[in-house]
Amino acid sequence: MMTTSRPADGPSAADPPAASPLLEFKALTVDYRGPDRKPHRAVDNVSFSIGRGETVGLVGESGSGKTTIGATAVGLAPAAGGVIRFDGEDITRTSTARRRQLSARLQIIFQDPYSSLDPLRTVGRTLMEPLLLHRGNSRGEAGTGVSAMLRRVGLDPSAASRYPAAFSGGQRQRIAIARALMVSPELVICDEAVSALDLSVQAQVLNLLLGLQEEYRISYLFISHDLSVVRHMSDRIVVLYRGQTMEIGDSESVHDHPSHPYTQALLSASPIPSPRAQARQRERLKLALRPARPAATTAFCRFASRCPFATEICEQQAPALVPGPTGADVACHHVAEAVARATV
Amino acid sequence: MTVPLAAAGKPHARPRLSPLAIVAMVVLAVLILAAIFAPLIAPYNPIAENLSAAYQGPSAHHLLGTDEFGRDLLSRIIYGGRVSLLGVAEATGLFVLIGLPLGLLAGYFGGVLESAISLIAEVSFALPQIIVVLAVLALVPDSTASAMIVLGVLGAPALAVFISGAVKSVRAELYISAARVTGLRPGRIIVRHVVPAIVSPLIVQVSLFAGVALLFQTGLDFLGLGTQPPQPSWGSMVADGATYLGRDLWMVLPPGLVIILAVMSFGLIGDALQDARADRRRTTTAGARRRAPAIRPLSSARDQLTVPADAALTVRGLSAETTGASPAAIVEDVSFSVRAGGCLGIVGESGCGKTMTVMAMMGLLPEGVRTTAGQILFQGQDLRTCTPRQYSQVRGSGIAMISQEPVANLDPSFTVGHQITEVVRHHGGLSRRQARARMIELLEQVQLPDPGATARRYPHQLSGGMAQRALIAIALAANPAVLIADEPTTALDVTVQAEILDLLRRLREQTGLAVILVSHDWGVIADACDAAIVMYAGEVVEEAGIDDVFDQPRHPYSYELMAANPRYANQPRTPLPSIKGTVPAVGEWPDGCRFAERCRFAAAECRAAEISLDPVADGHWSRCLRNTEVPQLKLENA
Amino acid sequence: MTRTLLRRLALSIPLLFVVTILTFVVTGLTPGGAAETILGTSATSAKIAALNQQLGLNQPVYLQYGHWLEHAVHGNLGTSVLTGESVTTILGHALPVTLSLIVGAVIVAVVIGIPLGVFSARRARSGGQVVDAVSLVGFALPNFFLGLMLGYVFSNVLNWFPASGFTPLTQSFTGWLSSIALPVVTIALPGAAMIARQTRQGMLDVLGRDYIRSLRARGLPERSVIYKHALRNALGNVVTQLGIYIVGLLLATTLVENVFAMQGVGTVAVSATSEHDLPVLEGAALYFTVVVVIAFVLVDLARAWLNPKLRRSH
Repeated sequence: MMTTSRPADGPSAADPPAASPLLEFKALTVDYRGPDRKPHRAVDNVSFSIGRGETVGLVGESGSGKTTIGATAVGLAPAAGGVIRFDGEDITRTSTARRRQLSARLQIIFQDPYSSLDPLRTVGRTLMEPLLLHRGNSRGEAGTGVSAMLRRVGLDPSAASRYPAAFSGGQRQRIAIARALMVSPELVICDEAVSALDLSVQAQVLNLLLGLQEEYRISYLFISHDLSVVRHMSDRIVVLYRGQTMEIGDSESVHDHPSHPYTQALLSASPIPSPRAQARQRERLKLALRPARPAATTAFCRFASRCPFATEICEQQAPALVPGPTGADVACHHVAEAVARATV
Repeated sequence: MTVPLAAAGKPHARPRLSPLAIVAMVVLAVLILAAIFAPLIAPYNPIAENLSAAYQGPSAHHLLGTDEFGRDLLSRIIYGGRVSLLGVAEATGLFVLIGLPLGLLAGYFGGVLESAISLIAEVSFALPQIIVVLAVLALVPDSTASAMIVLGVLGAPALAVFISGAVKSVRAELYISAARVTGLRPGRIIVRHVVPAIVSPLIVQVSLFAGVALLFQTGLDFLGLGTQPPQPSWGSMVADGATYLGRDLWMVLPPGLVIILAVMSFGLIGDALQDARADRRRTTTAGARRRAPAIRPLSSARDQLTVPADAALTVRGLSAETTGASPAAIVEDVSFSVRAGGCLGIVGESGCGKTMTVMAMMGLLPEGVRTTAGQILFQGQDLRTCTPRQYSQVRGSGIAMISQEPVANLDPSFTVGHQITEVVRHHGGLSRRQARARMIELLEQVQLPDPGATARRYPHQLSGGMAQRALIAIALAANPAVLIADEPTTALDVTVQAEILDLLRRLREQTGLAVILVSHDWGVIADACDAAIVMYAGEVVEEAGIDDVFDQPRHPYSYELMAANPRYANQPRTPLPSIKGTVPAVGEWPDGCRFAERCRFAAAECRAAEISLDPVADGHWSRCLRNTEVPQLKLENA
Repeated sequence: MTRTLLRRLALSIPLLFVVTILTFVVTGLTPGGAAETILGTSATSAKIAALNQQLGLNQPVYLQYGHWLEHAVHGNLGTSVLTGESVTTILGHALPVTLSLIVGAVIVAVVIGIPLGVFSARRARSGGQVVDAVSLVGFALPNFFLGLMLGYVFSNVLNWFPASGFTPLTQSFTGWLSSIALPVVTIALPGAAMIARQTRQGMLDVLGRDYIRSLRARGLPERSVIYKHALRNALGNVVTQLGIYIVGLLLATTLVENVFAMQGVGTVAVSATSEHDLPVLEGAALYFTVVVVIAFVLVDLARAWLNPKLRRSH
């Protein structure tokens, strides 16, 4: 079996700077049964935490496990190993009753605005549900709360009597945000919440999220495949590849001075909206990735098969997540080389 | 297309029933009530014989005539309904009582329960029901109730499987996940969210089963296995009529027709509901407010220009609208040109008309949309004047296309290799061996590893990136001059995207392929294109060489759209510059500049009259009166 | 493909057992019994007991089943308690009737139904109404009634076909055809209507998919898009429905056999039921189940051939 990497001792970039974290993942492992019935490790020993009022960005491509981590935190996917703690309490395998109580403090916004609202219920009824459940409000009181929240997210209160089919994607996401915020949670997981939206709408929704965070002092776990959006929204970033943590650190370090070869590749692959800058970046990308070989999952570092720096040790031993030269934690046997190459 | 709030109208109505369905329900109600109140309604005693009145057709005394014993047919039919309808109730009752809960549980919880139900259902599908029923009838002879109970029990697994499937697809919806996160108990979720979604399909299945049950029950009676004489029943009446068919044709008709009527009514309820429920989940289309099509002469200076000599494809003044009662323009006066080996980017957000524009170029506009003006100049002809036949020859061999969602664009039933050779052979008339060699060549050209093995794969075995390469291979199969790529990398990982864009670049260099790349992502445009047009609300608002459009955008929309990109953000975690308002919906485009409402530079003159697309610099066009005021964008970290 | 085949066969063994045991157990519970039926109601209980003993009907049910199974495996299905004739002989005469009707009905239903479905899918709106109306009527028509009407018109009145009886294929080809023409049409029409509807729905669903547009964009001729690509993807559900249709045909053939006075397996089973002729009923149950098993095997194979995702060879 694989040896698991241990997080470094002492203060690490995986933890928030201040005191006790609000949401904590320790050595989380999640397995998944594919359609071909073969078991597959979606999340492999991932550890990080989120502090109060902080935004942690979780970035990776498809198959990185980022969505699974979010799902596990709210009880939608079972954890095979490790611990998830919310405000100190172990919530890895809680009862439905406890989940109910938790949902007043821990919420989630999904990616697909067309599937996340019940088409057979009015917007008002959908938004009222959390109030009726948690606050024990009467219908009348709840109605007032709903109108206020609709206004807060930039929609007219008359939206409450309509059905989701009447709204555009951006508007539905606002409704989804309203639903998540109805009972003022402490932490909201944004699972690719803006990925399906047009650029101008995306900007509006991101601004809304930032505004709400300031107003209600909410923490976010911001999951996305888009590195620049994640950088814009997050205080710290966790980079994942095929279920493993590659790099964790504060946004500036990870985005502007990536230490891990994968982060560098990810950055180089994200096209820059500027032709000359992009042409230069294309050259860097050529050095950042080897052509993909069909999934060499036997390698201990999952990125080894595409990494330009990979050597034998990468296939035999999982690299530990340790502090790197920029202050971010990196899991790589060849950090120094990668960092040196990047500063060209 | 984005949907404006205003167009939604009244809250979503319940599915309306068609008039036919209402008639059907009335008919059934009449039959059921007649059966219940038979003693009160029937004119005669159903078993009272009157031999002198035998074999009569319809008359004043006997509305439906008499049978061989002179018994009144109408009364017998009314009483006969009791047996049949009761039987249907028994069978259908068990069908639902067993099938529905099992289906709900199996569908919601999945796992072992679902597999068990599935297995039971497979076995029960194959059971010859007739044998089981006969066996039961051997045990309890002449008992319609037993037979119908057995039918209901045997049919229940089919309902369970159907409901299970329906529940599974509802359960996969994210709003169910949201309910779970909220901590609702499964029972609550099923009742509140799942059941309402399956009520309609359930009613369809139940009414269809009721029809089948009625046919079954009357069939049993026809064979003499159920109701025994002198008790009247529809099936046995048909059997009686059959015996005397030569002598009296009429006798067999009333019971037969009543059976048909009843079963048809059950079927109609099923049909009508099936149609009515179709659109609960679809978004409402934008309001069909009529807008008088603006008479726009080909006034844009852009269109007057001659076609560039090295142009592979030129579009001039292309306009398209929706057909139907109130047509609405969706593309207006779009012009552009792409040269061989070049790449033109079309940038815009949803609803700007970019996809419709390229569809028009391919001659693949969906039903309900048509072009109304303009020219599509390709290899010396105007494609808009082509017949469908000619157009289909141009497609593939002249202009090819790739789209979003690569795996979904491949026929799941055929291998990749076959789909390539099919195109090769159709356009080139090569032999099988030659086609196969060309196929391998194409797979190598798009850099798919191990071409031989890849050719044998089916689409569901490919990753998104591989599928898109396969589609590029198919697109290249007939050596087209132009490739239209409509959001080709939107559904792909960013590292895969980079490879695909690189591939397109190489193909342009190696073969002189002209590419038209549609995207909403400025980064992709910056990477792949050498010129770009920006579309907003059906129009081209800016056109320029790639460096020019980024260095100095000349339309507020282009500028705002670029500025909204986090890549340009000055400071993280501060609000991004965002454009207030939303894109005007099709049919509600304002007069004057369509962006004016949202534009920070707008002045009165902008709203007064149509703005034309004018040259503002060398090779740079803008549809804006204030274009000189548009600032530059500085990219912070290049 | 072999995997599919094996799976279906594996499922079929328990099916055969279930059906035959069920038939045995249920009829075995009958208070009456064959002895009473044979000897008539005036028989004394002593005589009944004696006959029961002679026929081995007083043994416990599971023993009786065991004996039957043992013989059945060797191809001996026993003899009719009423006539003494060998069950295999009786069913041997009845099977060709049922098979002619089933195979005929499936062929006619498919040949009419699929083209009708495709045709109406291409003319979405008007085509839909026609097919819906036709399939509703097809659904609602009781086959015994339809058979009577067709028989009346085409035999009694027009005299184009025989009103009753079955002419074996070995005897005369045209005779065989004309004897099964009316019954086959009777049971095939509802099937055709259902297949047309299913095909139409499947085609409409497939024609809305992305790859259809992609196929057109490749310049492939429309007829290839419709018949080679779309139809192939749409047929999966139709084939599954065919399997269920065939099971339903077991009852349907029984009914039309009655109308047209033919002796098929269903008719034999029905009389065996009222006469408590258990060996014959068991034999009929077995034959019917085998027919269904074969039908489902073919359905499974067809589905796997149509849909690569159903093949597990990778």
